[in-house]
Amino acid sequence: MNQKPRIAVFKFTGCAGCQLEFLHLEDVFLDLLDLFDISYWKMVKRDNAEQEWDISLVEGGISTPWEIEEIKQIRKKTKFFVAFGDCAIGGCIPSIRNWIPQMESEELVYPDPSTIHSTKVLGIGEYVKVDAVLKGCPPHRDTIVELLKSALLKIRPRLRQHPVCVECKFNDNACLITSEKKACMGPVISAGCGAICPTLGRECEGCFGPMSNPNAAALASIFKEIGLSDEDIKRKFRKYAGMSPEFRLEAGH
Amino acid sequence: MEEKLVTVDYIARVEGQGAINIKIAKDGKVEHLRFRIFEPPRFFESFLVGRRYDEVMEIASRICGICPVAHQITALRAVENALGIEPSEQTRDLRKLTAISAHIQSNVLSMYFLSLPDLMGYESIIPMVKEHGEIVKRGLMLKKLGNDITDLIGGRAVHPVTMIVDGFTALPNKNKLLVMRKRLVEAKKDAVKTVNLFSELEIPDFTRRCEHAAISDPNEYAINEGRFMSTEGLDIDEMNYRDHIYEKQKTYSTALHSYIKNRDSFMVGPLPRVNINLKHMSDDAQDAAKQSGIKFPNFNPFVSHLARAIELVQNIDASIEIIDRLPLKEERRDVVSCRAGFGAAITEAPRGSLYHSYLLDNNGIVRKADLVPPTAHNANNVEKDMHAFVQTLLDLPLNEITLKCEMLIRAYDPCISCSTH
Repeated sequence: MNQKPRIAVFKFTGCAGCQLEFLHLEDVFLDLLDLFDISYWKMVKRDNAEQEWDISLVEGGISTPWEIEEIKQIRKKTKFFVAFGDCAIGGCIPSIRNWIPQMESEELVYPDPSTIHSTKVLGIGEYVKVDAVLKGCPPHRDTIVELLKSALLKIRPRLRQHPVCVECKFNDNACLITSEKKACMGPVISAGCGAICPTLGRECEGCFGPMSNPNAAALASIFKEIGLSDEDIKRKFRKYAGMSPEFRLEAGH
Repeated sequence: MEEKLVTVDYIARVEGQGAINIKIAKDGKVEHLRFRIFEPPRFFESFLVGRRYDEVMEIASRICGICPVAHQITALRAVENALGIEPSEQTRDLRKLTAISAHIQSNVLSMYFLSLPDLMGYESIIPMVKEHGEIVKRGLMLKKLGNDITDLIGGRAVHPVTMIVDGFTALPNKNKLLVMRKRLVEAKKDAVKTVNLFSELEIPDFTRRCEHAAISDPNEYAINEGRFMSTEGLDIDEMNYRDHIYEKQKTYSTALHSYIKNRDSFMVGPLPRVNINLKHMSDDAQDAAKQSGIKFPNFNPFVSHLARAIELVQNIDASIEIIDRLPLKEERRDVVSCRAGFGAAITEAPRGSLYHSYLLDNNGIVRKADLVPPTAHNANNVEKDMHAFVQTLLDLPLNEITLKCEMLIRAYDPCISCSTH
């Protein structure tokens, strides 16, 4: 190989959990350093090169005018641009506030909101072209490795589009909806986590965002049959991906 | 002397987005000093309103990717206090074990990845791999141990899923927990090596007496439960926090600044914990503290690194103790009956005392949320420290003053996303 691919990691409006998950690849971390040139990563490095990058992993949503400018600059300098985690894809949990008037949110937190310059939280795809998405809050470590491997081999990464239900079947889990009448989001949520929650006795809350082409309306009506109120159903969909076109209707306008 | 401007637009090797701006006049007086947190706020206190009591833990977790466990436990305890629920001994133990595993991960991250490069003269841990491979590998191994324990109990290390109101959705496998116990026993010598490493490295000689605060319990090294106490006599119950602590907004920071009423800024974190609770640490941790040659209580913020290392020994000992006494019995949880009420909780997150409070209505819906993460507690004190510290550096060239100021910030190990929740 002639030159190592240059990687950059950026943080926008989010919790740093996605880049942490990258840093938590302890078993292969030293190998990754052999294969990639990590040239920009504020949380890890003091000398950060403002050059062109082969791969940019961008974590966090966009919620200030400054961030809009910044994300466009990074896109310009990047060959392969990855929305790293749910916040970058569609704002994730912080996007719940998009249903509250901005002024109300600001006045609740700050005595003087005149110095705050926040907008609604949106995914980076609203502003720039995204080449790949790593779903999850946070994305599973295996999918991070899968993406980086594919980038090295210049092939399409095998990232899942099917629902969590498939992983439940792999794990031999009884269906929480049919057997326990629990309001599990699994049927409309993208796999990739290994069905962690249902395997550990808890309904899926949807932290990997919508699967490809989900039937959210059907699941919402099942929730109603189970006994959830309209408000409860709205809360279910207005959580990790309320802004997504797939869940927008059920999340309420 | 010439006028000096110390400027760092985006501080490296800390979590989140912060900057330093200092102006030192010709006569050496600090004219202007800001620890400018420009991280976009996320308004958790606004959108938690209207959510159900049983999803608060899951949402609050997303405040921070480094200390999700601390936010989960604090949120759960605050909600339980509002609902009048007292979790079982096993639940409290298992929560403490999870919290400690997150402390191990976070403290090792801070010591080895974020601050060690400063103390050994590198820009990051990456170039250290070649020349100090053994140290880097030790850091990776210790961090992995913390993560693996969180993983085992919580399903995953970042935003784990099994902790709920009044219990766990699933208990960890006993045999797998015993494997962890073995690894903890083996890691003990690496923890001692970490203490030795950080007691040998040279740190700036800078002491500023200020109020240090942490939760404290007469029977154990407090992590999840205790009274909020300080070196200046503060001694309060978590439910009365707001009678004693208030916040003020600064125009240049999206993190609010904390004050103790009628007094001043204060510090939370590993150093205040060790200062206040050293006598409750394990024998080996106390020995490690003695052998480090540093005297506690100590008011040099750079001793925080050593405090983290001593805590590593304590955390390993406490984990083994908990694993040995955990019955791991399936427990029945009572059906939660909702009622209106207010609940507050303070726990020790890796970076210091973390406060959550919630007002719930009759249906268990949040009507008011009030959160103060460790870095919001510290932001004010960081500035006070830097004000005094920078005046001891005036003879140095500008790039060294800049590095030293950054090092002070990194000694606090700020979690800036938390602070601007």
